[in-house]
Formats: sequence, C-alpha cells, structure tokens
Amino acid sequence: MNNNEVIQVEGLTKMFGDFAAVNAITFEVKKGEIFGFLGANGAGKTTAMKMLIGISKPTAGMATVAGFDVFTQAEDIKKNIGYMSQKFALYDDLTVKENITFFGGIYGLSRKRIKEKSKALIEELGLEEVANKLVGALPLGWKQKLSFSVSLIHDPKIVFLDEPTGGVDPITRRQFWEMIYKAANQGTTVFVTTHYMDEAEYCDRVSIMVEGKIEALDTPKKLKEQFNAANMNDVFLKLARG
Amino acid sequence: MSITVSNISKSYKNVKALKDISFEVKPAELFGLIGPDGAGKTTLFRVLTTLLIANQGNAAVAGFDVVTDYKKIRNNVGYMPGKFSLYQDLTVEENLNFFATIFGTTIEENYDLIKEIYVQIAPFKNRRAGKLSGGMKQKLALCCALIHKPKVLFLDEPTTGVDPVSRKEFWEMLKRLQQKDITILVSTPYMDEAALCDRIALIQDGKILQIDTPEAIVKHFPKQIYNVRASNMYQLINSLKDYKYNHSVYPFGEFVHYTDSRTNFNPEELKVHLESKNLLNIEIEVTEATIEDTFMELAK
Repeated sequence: MNNNEVIQVEGLTKMFGDFAAVNAITFEVKKGEIFGFLGANGAGKTTAMKMLIGISKPTAGMATVAGFDVFTQAEDIKKNIGYMSQKFALYDDLTVKENITFFGGIYGLSRKRIKEKSKALIEELGLEEVANKLVGALPLGWKQKLSFSVSLIHDPKIVFLDEPTGGVDPITRRQFWEMIYKAANQGTTVFVTTHYMDEAEYCDRVSIMVEGKIEALDTPKKLKEQFNAANMNDVFLKLARG
Repeated sequence: MSITVSNISKSYKNVKALKDISFEVKPAELFGLIGPDGAGKTTLFRVLTTLLIANQGNAAVAGFDVVTDYKKIRNNVGYMPGKFSLYQDLTVEENLNFFATIFGTTIEENYDLIKEIYVQIAPFKNRRAGKLSGGMKQKLALCCALIHKPKVLFLDEPTTGVDPVSRKEFWEMLKRLQQKDITILVSTPYMDEAALCDRIALIQDGKILQIDTPEAIVKHFPKQIYNVRASNMYQLINSLKDYKYNHSVYPFGEFVHYTDSRTNFNPEELKVHLESKNLLNIEIEVTEATIEDTFMELAK
C-alpha cells in the first residue's frame, strides 16, 4: 500500500439480506487529511464507518485502515484509531483525570505515559481547576474538547469523529475545529461523519452518500462549483433530491 | 401580541438559566430563538407553556397570563418539546388519536390543519412511533402538537438531529402554518435556520444578545469581514492570531473570517504579514457578515 493513503476502500459492500446498505463504495483518504463523510439519515454512513473501524464485517470488497485489513486485522485497526461521538465519549461519573487514566489504560499506555499525557492534556485544555471534578458537571463545549483530546491519547494515525460539534456555541465550535486543524497539521488523519453541512465546509474533501453509494467526492469548493451551489447544504439538497 | 415576555428570570439552585428576558411576538409571526445548548431556550419554553414558574417577571401567551390563567394557555398552545413528545409504543395513528382525545377533539375535526403533513406519514399509520425515522417522528410530533388547532405553536429544537432534506421540508411546513394564522416560536442551535424566521432573538447564557429581523442583524454588523484563505489552515489561523491588529479570527468553513481593529485597514499589509509566515496561495476578499458572525461578536 501507498504510505500516504491511510484509508483505502474499494468496492466495499454491506448487505442486510437483499438490501445493500453500503453498495460498492470506493475512495481513499490521505495522511493528515480532514475527510468529511456525509449522507442523510439512512444513507449508509454509519454502516460504512462501522466496517472501517473494525466492528462490522463487510460482505464484499476490500478496505485497509492504518495499513490493516478490515477482514483479517480488525483488532489491529481498533488499536490504531481514535473514535469520538457526540452520543458516547466520556464517563460522566468519572472525573476529568479518571477519564483520561481510564482511556489511557484501555489503549495500553504505561502508567508513566498516562501521567505525562494527563498533565499535558489538562494543561493544554486549561482544565487545571476542574481536573478533579466529575465530567458530568462540565459544560458541553469543554466535554467535547476533552473527549477529542482523549480520542487522541494513544497517538492514533486516524481519528473518527461522529457528528462532533452539534449543539455547541459558535465560538466553542471554532475552538474545536482549531484542535482538529492542529491534529491534522501534525499528520493525524481526521474522518468526520456528519449530516450537519456546515461541518462539511471545514473538511479538505467530502464524500456524499446517497442510498448506499458515494454520489459525490471532492473539495467543498469544487463541489459547490460543480453543483452551482452557494454552500454545502445546497449541494446536499441538490444531490439528495435528485 | 401573541406572546409577551417581560423581565423573566429563572434560576435552578446556583444556575441562572434566564436573566431578565423580555420580548414580544406578533400574531402569525414566525419568531426564532437562536442559541447553543444551555442558552436557556428550553427553560423559556417551559415557562411559556406553563410547565415551570419563573422567579421574576411576567409573561402572557395568547392573551393569558402564564401563572394565573395557565389552564387556558394549555388549551390554546401546541408544544413540541425537544426530546420526548411521542409514545414510542403507540402507532402513528394511536399517538395522534391520543393527543386529539386529551384535548377533547378528534382527528377529523381539525384534519385540514394537519392534512399536508399527515399524508406524508399516513402510509405508516400502523407503525409504532419508536420505529419511525427521525424525519417521520418529527412530522408526527408536529401533527400531535397541532391537532387541537392551537393559536400559538412552540417548537423546541424541532430540527436537531434531522438531515438537511427533512430540515428544509420542515421549514416549508412552518411557513404554510404561519399562513393559517398560527403564531410560531421556534428554537434552534443552527444559525443558518435563523434566516428563515421573520424575527429572531439571539440568546446565550440566559441573556438575549439581540432581537431583530435576520436581515437587519446581519446589516448592522459593526466591522468589515474578510475571507482569508491560504495553503495551510492551521498555520493561517495561528498567523492571523499573531497579527497584532486583529480584532477577531474565526475559522469559517474553507476560509477564516478576519476583522481588523483599525479603521484604515489595508488587506495588502496583512498579505505581507502572512507571506512572512511562509504561507502560500493567500487570498483576502471582502465578505458579508452572517448571523453566526454577529452571534460571536456579541458573545465575545
């Protein structure tokens, strides 16, 4: 495989009975790229992402993630990726520090490394004063930033973000994107699944899934030109409405 | 006025959820409450729908006081809460029948009002609400909130978690309801939906930042905004933040929105600064403010 391509997907398919939830999708994602994976509810994004993160076996096709095969090396994939979702991210009943320690432990970091990481991370996010407070008591924006940092705790090659910034205020949201740009700048690949089109505008390239297939894939700028649309929302509407 | 809110404050223990909120909504107006999670939108809805009593201030809905006439308000308003509003174990039709019955009416009596929306979910009328897609749940919840022909409709984040196609359809439905003389107060965290309202209130941390038409809010943005783009987004943001004359630097999709603190700003000077930071393919263009820019400026 080409070292520069952190995700390679070819003809990837998932059937549920006669229904092709994901229908022969092909794309690749480069190192350090912010890749937006878009689609309406039910278009197949979640099913596709589950295959990429090694928790669902494809029916056909091929895919490698971080250099590992999704059919035969699912466990290696899990160790080499980070994952963050709006719905599940941190344990509300653990403190900030406990959450960091817990996830560090899960990913097999040494105690020493966890200590270092924990200190660096709390400092960077400015969470010193709440380090021993329960995560459940933190504002949503803080939780999201912490959760993103925790998903990077084991220095994964790729981090998967599932609708990461819904609901937060516009300033916090931008701070969050600045963290994403920073991670990408350091070479981490960022794979964002979302149906919020304004999140799509921030990605280097985006793909749009409609009924199990990738119907468009390019930079937001080129997609807007191609569909003669003012923003990604209009691109999406034109594609989805046919 | 359909809704009058005067100096409403509400606290939960140490948290001030609403701080001295005042505004009015005219009959048949589509009024948007725009703000992030935790801004106080839901608390305000609960005060206005008589589910919560404010610590201070007065409010009236459809001409009735929210405290003394709360029972009358309940018969005159429809409320679609953000999370729970349907019985997951009842079918589409059973849910609708249930809500019609508790308001002492029938589906037939007000069918005209919901017809356009209901026909879209009617093919699934025997399906349990819990088994519907997000877009269909939202349509059913709207039908249930409308079945007693309310004068005022409260919609708390109706489009959260709904894809763009369903969102667009939903707003088109609201425009049609408005023409049937229903006053609508709708909340949303999506700034792009603000433009679809007649007037909006921007709300954060329990306070209203500004109230006006979406056009006027954007027009009154105090500074000229520039779209800046360059080869490396991360370095671009850092370089702009290093620039001592910056007033604000916000990533905005494929651009960064930049405002300068000086009145005689020359974009060429900024370009020189960015070039000195080794950035390539630098573009600096004038752009128009959006609701989000205004929100961030006011919340700064």
